[in-house]
Amino acid sequence: MSYPEKYRYAKSHEWLAIDGDTGSVGITDYAQSSLGDIVFVELPKVGQELTAGDSFGSVESVKAVSELYSPVTGTVTEINESLNDEPETINTAANDTWLLKLKLTSDDDGNALLSAAEYEKFVSEETGH
Amino acid sequence: MSDKFVGTPIKATTHVNQNEDLIFEKSSSGKKGYRLAQLDVPAVDAASLLGNTVRTDDLGAMPELSEIEIIRHFTRLSTWNYAIDLGMYPLGSCTMKYNPRINEAVARLEGLAEAHPYQPESLSQGALGIMKLLSDCLIEITGMDTITLQPAAGAHGEFTGILLARAYHQSQGNPRKKVLIPDSAHGTNPATAAVCGYQVANLKSNAQGMVDLAELERMVDGDVAALMLTNPSTIGVFESDIHKIADILHAKGALLYMDGANMNALCGKTRPGDFGADVMHLNLHKTFSTPHGGGGPGSGPVACKKILEPFLPTPVVKTNPDGSLGLDYNRPQSVGRVRAWYGNFGMFIRALAYILANGPDGLRQTTEDAVLNANYIRAKLEGTFELPYKSPSLHEVVFSDKLQAKNGVKTGDMGKRLIDYGFHAYTVSFPLVVNGAMMIEPTESESREELDLLIDALKQIAREAEENPELVQNAPHSTRLQRLDETTAARKPILRWKAPVASTQLTPDTAAKEW
Repeated sequence: MSYPEKYRYAKSHEWLAIDGDTGSVGITDYAQSSLGDIVFVELPKVGQELTAGDSFGSVESVKAVSELYSPVTGTVTEINESLNDEPETINTAANDTWLLKLKLTSDDDGNALLSAAEYEKFVSEETGH
Repeated sequence: MSDKFVGTPIKATTHVNQNEDLIFEKSSSGKKGYRLAQLDVPAVDAASLLGNTVRTDDLGAMPELSEIEIIRHFTRLSTWNYAIDLGMYPLGSCTMKYNPRINEAVARLEGLAEAHPYQPESLSQGALGIMKLLSDCLIEITGMDTITLQPAAGAHGEFTGILLARAYHQSQGNPRKKVLIPDSAHGTNPATAAVCGYQVANLKSNAQGMVDLAELERMVDGDVAALMLTNPSTIGVFESDIHKIADILHAKGALLYMDGANMNALCGKTRPGDFGADVMHLNLHKTFSTPHGGGGPGSGPVACKKILEPFLPTPVVKTNPDGSLGLDYNRPQSVGRVRAWYGNFGMFIRALAYILANGPDGLRQTTEDAVLNANYIRAKLEGTFELPYKSPSLHEVVFSDKLQAKNGVKTGDMGKRLIDYGFHAYTVSFPLVVNGAMMIEPTESESREELDLLIDALKQIAREAEENPELVQNAPHSTRLQRLDETTAARKPILRWKAPVASTQLTPDTAAKEW
């Protein structure tokens, strides 16, 4: 498992990368590993407004379907269309595969989210190993 | 056609019946399973009659076979099925109980099996009587005030029930916005709420896997239309604070929807109508022994309190002033029809046969036996598998694969290995609140001897996971096909058979390898 230092992490297992007023959202290495082989990703439309904590879609593996939650507030500017054909890239490179990009619309800069070290600790507490 | 068999097999192979082709592949042009008498009326040109509505393209290749070929094809396929008549289905949450033969005998009585839904009411008094008596029985069992038998299955019942809740709130001036759903819920619950136009708000369970009352109190406000709750919950635990849950909701004008999927644990012991549920569905194909899975159809009656009665789907069975039965279509506040005709009538007959054959004491006994069986399995397997929730179990028990996962053996692997021991798998990886869940619901149908067979098999599999993990990881070994590539099947599904353009025949080399 690896959790890049430069990202912020939600307890619902999404990562957030901020660049200026744009946020990219993906799911964590732990999330992809516990889901198993991902076969489908459902994403919102460009232009949709999301509040931190809103469900914005779902990710489906051979085992289960899980909701995706936005770690910040913003407007969807781009979704990763390549996941329609190759959802497996999330399994091979969770940290490099963004699902959507948001234009951040509040002062919320993800400070309430966890750092890489805090997230790693959270995961180990949650799974008990 | 080239030879089907090429070369000499290197080992004894499966019987040819086990290598059944698709029915399309057995087809040859012009073969028929029927012979029609000579046409004794003037021939009509269908194409000229239909004009531009005639369709000749994209009909696909229809298989052409003789009668005996069709019979053999489907009979062979049927021998690959696993069935409740072959062995236990320990699937949790599904209540795969035995479907008594007497139900089938009654449902096949000529007057019932041949009844037509357009028969006049005066000639349908028997059928209406069955619907009325079944309704009365289910109202008595659930403690509700009224019922519709129309919904075709559980999820359809949920949909109907939440439509009733919505219509009720609408009649109060505001349909409200949200439906609360605990994280242990059946996946159909959030889907139902969404289809009915509600936002889903997730309610976290407490450490015992139950509804967290403080959290509930915090979340219920004037925007909440209902809480959808399965009781006993998906981990087989009774919500002992259910009446307090109902009070919290009712204080804010919200309704309690109870998912009746687990009524097998309550029937004859306690009644949802008495502990505060306002609307609920029943799964006749779970609790009341009508066929299930591919053998269905299902049936999902919705029972509710008086306040929701005006909104029930039309028609409802009514008693006329002269004592005869009829159908009432004059219901201006109804949510409308949810299904053609009156519901899956054949299932009403079977469910009623089961209810009447058991009687009140018999139904109570089945509930007690179902709970006893689940707890017997729990007691025998605790220690072999991890038990994540220690709260007392009702009709089902949830273990996890934690002890076996250390050796790389997951719940899905052990479920597949169980097939080699002659059982259907238990429920794998559900509920989601338990990591690596193994959910077992034996139902009251199984004797102690059958339960011991299952327990022995599971203990043996746990031993294998310890000593020979690969054996379990690659299971099943005794089936016609071995483990399938589920990932590729989901990512690159082949949805439709296509006639081969250039047929790819086996070469001696590939054939020998396949053998």
